[in-house]
Amino acid sequence: MSTAAQFDIQYRQYLDPEGRFLPEVDPATLPEFTRDPAELLKMYRMMVLVRAFDTKAINLQRTGKLGTYPPAAGHEAAQVGAAAALHAEDVIAPVYREIGTQMWRGVRMVEILRYWGGDEAGNDFVNTRHDFPWCVPIATQTLHAAGAALAFKIRNQPRCALAYIGDGGTSEGTFYEAMNVAGVLKLPVIFYVVNNRWAISTPLCQQTAAQTLAQKGIAAGIPGIQVDGNDILAVRHVLEQALARARHGEGPTVVEALTYRLSDHTTADDASRYRSASEVEQGWAVEPMKRMRAFLQHLNLWDEAQEVAYRQECNLLIEEGVNEYFATTKPPVTAMFDHLYANPPKRLLDQRDEAVQLSGAKSLHG
Amino acid sequence: MAKVTLVEAITLAHNWEMSHDPDVLVLGQDVGRNGGVFRATQGLQEKFGNQRVIDTPLAEGMIAGLCVGMAAQGLKPVAEIQFMGFIYPAMDQIVNHMTRLRNRTRGRLTCPVVIRTPHGGGIHSPEHHSESVESMFCHIPGLRVVCPSSPARAYGLLLAAIREPDPVLFLEPVRIYRYARQEVEDNGQALPLDVCYVLREGTDCTIVTWGAMTVESLKAAEELARQGISAEVIDLATISPIDAETILDSVARTGRLVIVHEAARNVGVGAEIAAIVAEHGLYDLEAPIQRVTGYDTIVPLARLEHDYAPSVARIVAAVRATLS
Repeated sequence: MSTAAQFDIQYRQYLDPEGRFLPEVDPATLPEFTRDPAELLKMYRMMVLVRAFDTKAINLQRTGKLGTYPPAAGHEAAQVGAAAALHAEDVIAPVYREIGTQMWRGVRMVEILRYWGGDEAGNDFVNTRHDFPWCVPIATQTLHAAGAALAFKIRNQPRCALAYIGDGGTSEGTFYEAMNVAGVLKLPVIFYVVNNRWAISTPLCQQTAAQTLAQKGIAAGIPGIQVDGNDILAVRHVLEQALARARHGEGPTVVEALTYRLSDHTTADDASRYRSASEVEQGWAVEPMKRMRAFLQHLNLWDEAQEVAYRQECNLLIEEGVNEYFATTKPPVTAMFDHLYANPPKRLLDQRDEAVQLSGAKSLHG
Repeated sequence: MAKVTLVEAITLAHNWEMSHDPDVLVLGQDVGRNGGVFRATQGLQEKFGNQRVIDTPLAEGMIAGLCVGMAAQGLKPVAEIQFMGFIYPAMDQIVNHMTRLRNRTRGRLTCPVVIRTPHGGGIHSPEHHSESVESMFCHIPGLRVVCPSSPARAYGLLLAAIREPDPVLFLEPVRIYRYARQEVEDNGQALPLDVCYVLREGTDCTIVTWGAMTVESLKAAEELARQGISAEVIDLATISPIDAETILDSVARTGRLVIVHEAARNVGVGAEIAAIVAEHGLYDLEAPIQRVTGYDTIVPLARLEHDYAPSVARIVAAVRATLS
């Protein structure tokens, strides 16, 4: 007997939880951005803003001012690191938790709040016109990214698509179909698995018998790599390399970022029903913000006073975004009819008239 | 002007639109080198290359999902699903994304996609190859469902479907893919969607039908004419949304309605047509509405398939029942 094929999955981590380079890492070999104070601070500041905004969004939901909301706490390095690796002209197909990437790319707080507050208008991003909106059905977005990547390839554009997917999503058949077609057509797409260990109440050990999720690309002929998703330097570097491959016609990559969902699945979930406090505590011990802040402090790029001042700045920005959201009004009843077709059928227009009449009658009589 | 079959008209329409719009491309299983299992895309890959006529791996959901991604980037994919019985894995993408993207982004991203698929039975196909499940798709907001009944209609309606800025499910009646040749001028002229076509005028009874059943219905009208009964035959053409006006106008003149479709009766499109006439044309009716449809059974294999689908005799009997 002989070996027909052999594969391995590499794991990448640069910083330990205290923000120091691992002994085996030679910082001089790392890319330029790891030595660029402006880039490092930009990434950290976005992580802080995202965490603060996330906390505010949860509070808005708890006080009845926002609908169900999926918190992002713990995913800041995975999300912001990915955003920093992408080019503006690339396209993302997010799941529903990726505010860290979206805010970096220009999605406005009012848009995020408007969507989770119950208005599709929040998906009409003014700055990232090509990015896909939040995707609630699991794994389906991987094919949209592959389709966009196929469009880039056909048009000979040096652009890439990045599809997010969670650990639970990798159990869906769609994920395999997307990887398979991306592999065979050599599409410029990244399948970015953000493995936060929990799919609502299902832990990874009940999701798959696979040792890693990165290896799920192997059967599709796609290289896979695992990265510490709480180490923003490693995340950004791994994705930059995968994107460069894709941009140069070398095809897709599966990148698995290991992180931890520090919060509930959504505000409608209570994670204490299915996971222990001690496990969550361990999650907090290795969370990404602390690590990046410590790293910056070791480099003397950041201190407590700057932290306090910046957090105040964040609060003002968030207050502005929230006020903008509060100033939005309920969409007219016609909104559900007016964006369904470019050429609406007559039967729909009749129903629209009916709804307008009823809503008018309602406003007259309270 | 050439005399072509329905399936050749489909190829002509692809060819015209791909020649005139660089954003139009074709994808699906076996559509390239093989020209499609029914040869609907014959010769297109040779002419337009494998970047615009893409042989995909075998996964219907993947084909539909790629269409969403490409369309969101401004391309106009025309995808072939090899048989309607294999379309179900694509429904997730059609229902959850393709038909919703415009609405949920308020028009920022749109899906000008055509999904073509063979429709119905009658050609001794294997199991799962004779489905006519259009009613499942007519329930989906944001989707048009179109079914041509002749080569000329296939050419014009497919051009219209490709040019429509929103998704269209284009059903191709296999039974009449090569039933007859018709002169079709290959001039890029589209036919309007969302309207019915009156195939034969009549005064005693309205028959509403679509796809391959137009052939049976026209034969039935001939037979009825010999019996002194004048039947009007309407080709629904766009199955969803339904052009209610043309049907109601006809029923107002004839006072009788027979709906003929190959699909199973229960919650079939015939039920919607009957409901429209009940809501808006009840007082024009002089007899109960009749439906001639496939039975609420699984489409049987070849030896019984002609007992399943509406026949000329069943249609004639239904029309006579409205007059008795």
